Amino acid sequence: MSASLGATATFARGIHPPEGKHFVAEAAIEVLPTPKSVRIPLLQHIGAPCEATVKPRKSVTAGDVVGDAKAFVSAPVHASISGTTARESNTTLPNGRHVPVVPINAADEQPLEGQALYDDVLGGEWPTQDLDVAAFTSEQIVQMAREAGIVGLGGAAFPTHVKLSHHPDHNVDTLLINGCECEPYLTSDDRVMIESPRSVVCGALLALHSTGARKVIIGIEENKPQAIRALRHAAEGTAVEVQVLQTKYPQGGEKQLISAILQREVPTGGLPFDVGVKVINVGTCSALARAVLRRKPLTHRVVTVTGAGIKVPKNLLVPIGVSYAELIDYCGGLTKDAARVVAGGPMMGFTLGSLDVPVTKGTSGITVLTHQEVRKQEQSNCVRCGRCVDTCPLNLVPTKLALAARYNNTEVAERYSVTACMECGSCAYICPASLPLVQLIRWAKILVHAERAKEKAKAEAKAAKALASTADERPSEGGSEKKEAKPEKEAKPEKEAKPEKEAKPEKEAKPEKEAKPEKEAKPEKEAKPEKEAKPEKEAKPEKEAKPEKEAKPEKSKASKSEK
Amino acid sequence: MADNEKHPESAPRSDEAPTPKPAPSAPEDAPPAIVVAPSPHLHDPHFTTRRMMFDVIVALVPVILVSVVVFGWAALAQLSICVLSCLVFEALFGRLMGKPLSIGDGSAAVTGLILGLSLPWTAPVYVGVIGSGVAIGLGKVVFGGLGFNLFNPAMVGRAFVMLSFAAAMGAGAYVAVDGLDPILTQATPLDLAKQSADGLMGFPDLWLLFVGTHNGSLGETSVLASLIGGLYLILRRSAAWEIPLGVVAATIVCAGLFGMAGLTPLTAWQHLAGGAVVFGAFFIATDPVTSPVAPWGRFCFGAGIGALVIILRVLSGYPEGLMFAVLLMNALVPLLNRWTIPRPVGGHAAQRA
Repeated sequence: MSASLGATATFARGIHPPEGKHFVAEAAIEVLPTPKSVRIPLLQHIGAPCEATVKPRKSVTAGDVVGDAKAFVSAPVHASISGTTARESNTTLPNGRHVPVVPINAADEQPLEGQALYDDVLGGEWPTQDLDVAAFTSEQIVQMAREAGIVGLGGAAFPTHVKLSHHPDHNVDTLLINGCECEPYLTSDDRVMIESPRSVVCGALLALHSTGARKVIIGIEENKPQAIRALRHAAEGTAVEVQVLQTKYPQGGEKQLISAILQREVPTGGLPFDVGVKVINVGTCSALARAVLRRKPLTHRVVTVTGAGIKVPKNLLVPIGVSYAELIDYCGGLTKDAARVVAGGPMMGFTLGSLDVPVTKGTSGITVLTHQEVRKQEQSNCVRCGRCVDTCPLNLVPTKLALAARYNNTEVAERYSVTACMECGSCAYICPASLPLVQLIRWAKILVHAERAKEKAKAEAKAAKALASTADERPSEGGSEKKEAKPEKEAKPEKEAKPEKEAKPEKEAKPEKEAKPEKEAKPEKEAKPEKEAKPEKEAKPEKEAKPEKEAKPEKSKASKSEK
Repeated sequence: MADNEKHPESAPRSDEAPTPKPAPSAPEDAPPAIVVAPSPHLHDPHFTTRRMMFDVIVALVPVILVSVVVFGWAALAQLSICVLSCLVFEALFGRLMGKPLSIGDGSAAVTGLILGLSLPWTAPVYVGVIGSGVAIGLGKVVFGGLGFNLFNPAMVGRAFVMLSFAAAMGAGAYVAVDGLDPILTQATPLDLAKQSADGLMGFPDLWLLFVGTHNGSLGETSVLASLIGGLYLILRRSAAWEIPLGVVAATIVCAGLFGMAGLTPLTAWQHLAGGAVVFGAFFIATDPVTSPVAPWGRFCFGAGIGALVIILRVLSGYPEGLMFAVLLMNALVPLLNRWTIPRPVGGHAAQRA
């Protein structure tokens, strides 16, 4: 396990939790038999939620779009198995979000199952050095990634096409492929790198081409010697470099990875492209290669089911939407001393109250911890030892943030940059007093965000007031004017909001027709115009992203209806 | 935080898998229910407050051994009295405050040891007992117990007895009147330097100061023993290395400067090894509760102590200044914490907003 490769590159601070990879690191990816039903969540990514594009009791084939959104920062969802849709219902994802789901009951005949499915997703031939990336334009790759519904498979589930798009203002010179998988216990990325290194390399090359970066480096922690070997071999003769990194948590954090490989510092509140970098997970690369080279959407992913609380830990290739309970059953079920079922890894994963939760694109694993592992230590007082400061990969002062949270003191929380925290859990892991530091910091963040929202609202109200008073300057009649000003304020936002709502369904239906003049999608979309009228949030990114053609008619229509 | 939510769904559907519901075969005390709790779900099982305290006790072993060798059984008696009184007072005051028994965390024992090691070998029993009572009561419990005290408890206790029982704690108390022991009949090195402004008659050479066979408070004599214990503490990461570094560096620099100015007859090395600086640097100043949390703050804290020690030794009436230096710097810790907020990776968020 701890075969030292003499890697020195890493970030400052951090911790060394038990790796726990031994459960399944050697277990080859198994294909889960097609489940009887899946439930496809309509929001599996960061960004705008999808709307269902299929009606209930329709037959769908694996790979059909079942949900899509118009917003740029969003990704469509696809049927992961063939079958019949059922009525839309709701579920609560492990992160606490309530989202609508499209249930699909499996048909008897599935287009791909077992080994054929494995070969289609991970196996088979991948061209690597023969790959002619010039055959695709950047726009084509972005479009294909969008259509395939690819999002970051490392867990954050940020729509990949947004990252891939080449932006003239972002001077991106380096593309980093994140193969660290620093989260203990999880091995899904490791297995993908071992079993399908060529797809990862292909994806990396396509992403390199698409982002317009000059360099692409895959970063892997040194506790994955097999993956390193496999990728080095696969990357021969291509532009892809492999960099071995020290095994340390959270090496796979975006900012930590950038710091380890490039010694660049992403500004607080900024994104990697602020320092000329984009970071994509290895699993995402593999999915991207499949989307572009095989024209297959993201319907399956590798999920690690692991931990001492699982009878037979496994790495599984599963359809998205299958329930956690089914995966756990397939792995022999829980052991007697199972204590926590965690969606994700033990450092940042969410515990589940119910196992009846669908796997999403961001589900990298299920970790079941036993009572021995999570035995609660008695919480004691902070002794200000400062170990949390010594371990924080972002160089924050967790103990002060926790104190600020306890006293609801947003001022202190802001002074200590609470919003910079990424909740990696290093501080809570090391804390000798077993304080729930991450939980407290989350609370402080909530307070700070609430405060900011309040301030923003106040400022906006002030601005509106100022606007109203300037507008009413002419008919100045002293006291009566003030009274009139108020209803004005209230009326204005309404006026502005309404036309937008009315205008949107129309314009949304139209570009859809123009863009994709195929499929059954049309009638359903037109059938549900009201629902799609989601205001502001969606509208903004749309305007930024989709140029002229679509944006202009919107505006003109909106202004017309206003008149 | 961990609400014990039992969920019917957590029962595996397959037949052979047993339900993780309260079953007779459940392991030990914990009911095998699925627990919902915030991340992270793993905690370092080894690094606890208890371990930090017991590390200090282990690290003090060489110091205690040297003190027994140099001062005989008086040292052991003194330490036993202080440790025992501290434990008793901890239990007593904790009870008065309505708090659960906290002597198990080891902090009271550490306070007792440090206090005992900072007393002269001749200190009467009542000094040890009263010092312990003040250390635990005024030094710690009134603030709310471990983690809340502003000043180093042992130093609070020592300051109290030093001011209250000047005769039993003063420079004269160190010297045996009728003994034949060549060490114990001698004044402490720093007192010697203070009294004999003209020359350094009888000042022990550096090697003796290093090994520790000279007079002084029980724990302060041997630089070697403190170094061994201190390095152990730092390697175990139970003490911050920045603090001793700051103390030692500032002591050397300040003593050197004062020496050059002709204010002190001692060299920097004699200042470093002649008193309690090294012992204090590793064992007193590193008390986590009363020192800053961030690396730079710790270094400044240590440097402040080192500088104050020399200033007090040279300019005040006392031959030694460590205790007051530590207490003074303790008072500055909240400020130091504020001045030395580490720069987050990527810069302060507030500046961008």
